[in-house]
Amino acid sequence: MTTGLTVNNLSFHYGAKQALDNVAFDVAPGTFCALLGPNGAGKSTLIALLTRLLVAPQGEITVAGHDMRREPRRALGKLGVVFQQSTLDLNLSVRQNLAYFAALQGLPKSEVPGRIDAALDQLDMRHRAEEKARDLNGGHRRRTELARSLIHDPHVLLLDEPTVGLDAASRQGITDHVHELARTGLCVLWTTHLTDEVRDGDALVVLHKGQIIHRGTAGAARGDQSLSDWFLTRTGETA
Amino acid sequence: MTGTFRVAKAIIAREFLRFVHQRERFIAALVRPLVWLLIFAAGFRAALGLSIIPPYQTYITYETYIVPGLCAMVLLFNGMQSSLSLVYDREMGSMRLLLTSPFPRWWLLICRLFGATIISVLQVYTFLAIAAAFGITMPAWGYLAVLPSLILGGLMLGGLGLVLSSFIKQLENFAGVMNFVIFPMFFMSSALYPLWKMAESSPLLRDICALNPFTYAVELIRFSLYLQINWTALAWVTGSTLVFCALAIWGYDPARGLMKRKT
Repeated sequence: MTTGLTVNNLSFHYGAKQALDNVAFDVAPGTFCALLGPNGAGKSTLIALLTRLLVAPQGEITVAGHDMRREPRRALGKLGVVFQQSTLDLNLSVRQNLAYFAALQGLPKSEVPGRIDAALDQLDMRHRAEEKARDLNGGHRRRTELARSLIHDPHVLLLDEPTVGLDAASRQGITDHVHELARTGLCVLWTTHLTDEVRDGDALVVLHKGQIIHRGTAGAARGDQSLSDWFLTRTGETA
Repeated sequence: MTGTFRVAKAIIAREFLRFVHQRERFIAALVRPLVWLLIFAAGFRAALGLSIIPPYQTYITYETYIVPGLCAMVLLFNGMQSSLSLVYDREMGSMRLLLTSPFPRWWLLICRLFGATIISVLQVYTFLAIAAAFGITMPAWGYLAVLPSLILGGLMLGGLGLVLSSFIKQLENFAGVMNFVIFPMFFMSSALYPLWKMAESSPLLRDICALNPFTYAVELIRFSLYLQINWTALAWVTGSTLVFCALAIWGYDPARGLMKRKT
């Protein structure tokens, strides 16, 4: 695979505490891959490694064919990220937030207005472009962050529990939209602990106590059970 | 304009916008040195006799003596304020956006440092203008000549702030910085009293002050305001700036820096 996301033999520890142990999986272009794991499974550490906020002493991450260790700039340039915690500047307008990000990506100034409009159109947020982020509700802030993550045409989109704190309608809207993005060819890695965000056709990676305990498709994994029951059985968690 | 400079412009502009949105910070940054200048100095002018020391060629008032120290004080507080906002950004998550930019991390940090320094320097000039309005003036060309010294001093103290922010885990811990960094740096320097005066009461204290980089930032500014260069101060401030920047870049290295201590 050259254009999706590949993770090989990735391990990481905080002092004596092992956070990830020999994690390996790949996500092909055009795939929505749900990374399912209970709280404390190591999902956020994995996202930090995939975005180079941390560098693992062992293992390999390849984004769109670019090795994160050897070519971090190229790899990061192909990556769109929505972090669990909001990273919007609440004092800036939606458009200013997107323009700041476009500059951080080094996009040519002449292209920026058009790209911002296109990204906002995609998320149906153009009419809110001049509003301050502070005045948006949680769902619209998330949509703004999603639009921002798409400005530079990434090949791989990472979303770290993007629906946390959203109401049911906003959750559904964001989940549907990202599934649609995967159908158009984007490689999507969506971390969550909420099984109702995962569809049968989605690729599924289950992370538990820092280790991958299942890889496959969600439908094949759950069989006749609900995904929630299957997940609780596999991770030994109680509902 | 290449991407490298576009990213620099964006980071500096954001620092400026952030500052504009925090009017209280601007007022606080001005009130602090003005209180020292107009109240503290007025009370102390009679208590502290000053001899003629370089770069001054005549007797000066105490208010005139402490102006360079108060300029450096503005730079010091802004450097710490900037690092406080970095720690806040890290806790709030917005730091992640900056650090996941495809541009080299050292460049992103230097851009942020420059942004913070420009704001510091603007505040110093506002302070100098208010001081002049109260009759405490410097040689006319000194206001221009001091600019490079203010930038260098701002970079040094902003760099120190970056170092501190890379090693401080939580916002709550930042209060300690006030007690253990800002106050000792300010009081153990030539900002409020010349070092020879300090030596009269404690030669040891004078020696400690002579090892404080802040002392040299003050002296660099003092000499520049009088159109002179203090080469020793210039060497100290330049060297300290390089050391602080190198430490900050090391502190923010993803392989061993701040994020690794996250639990």
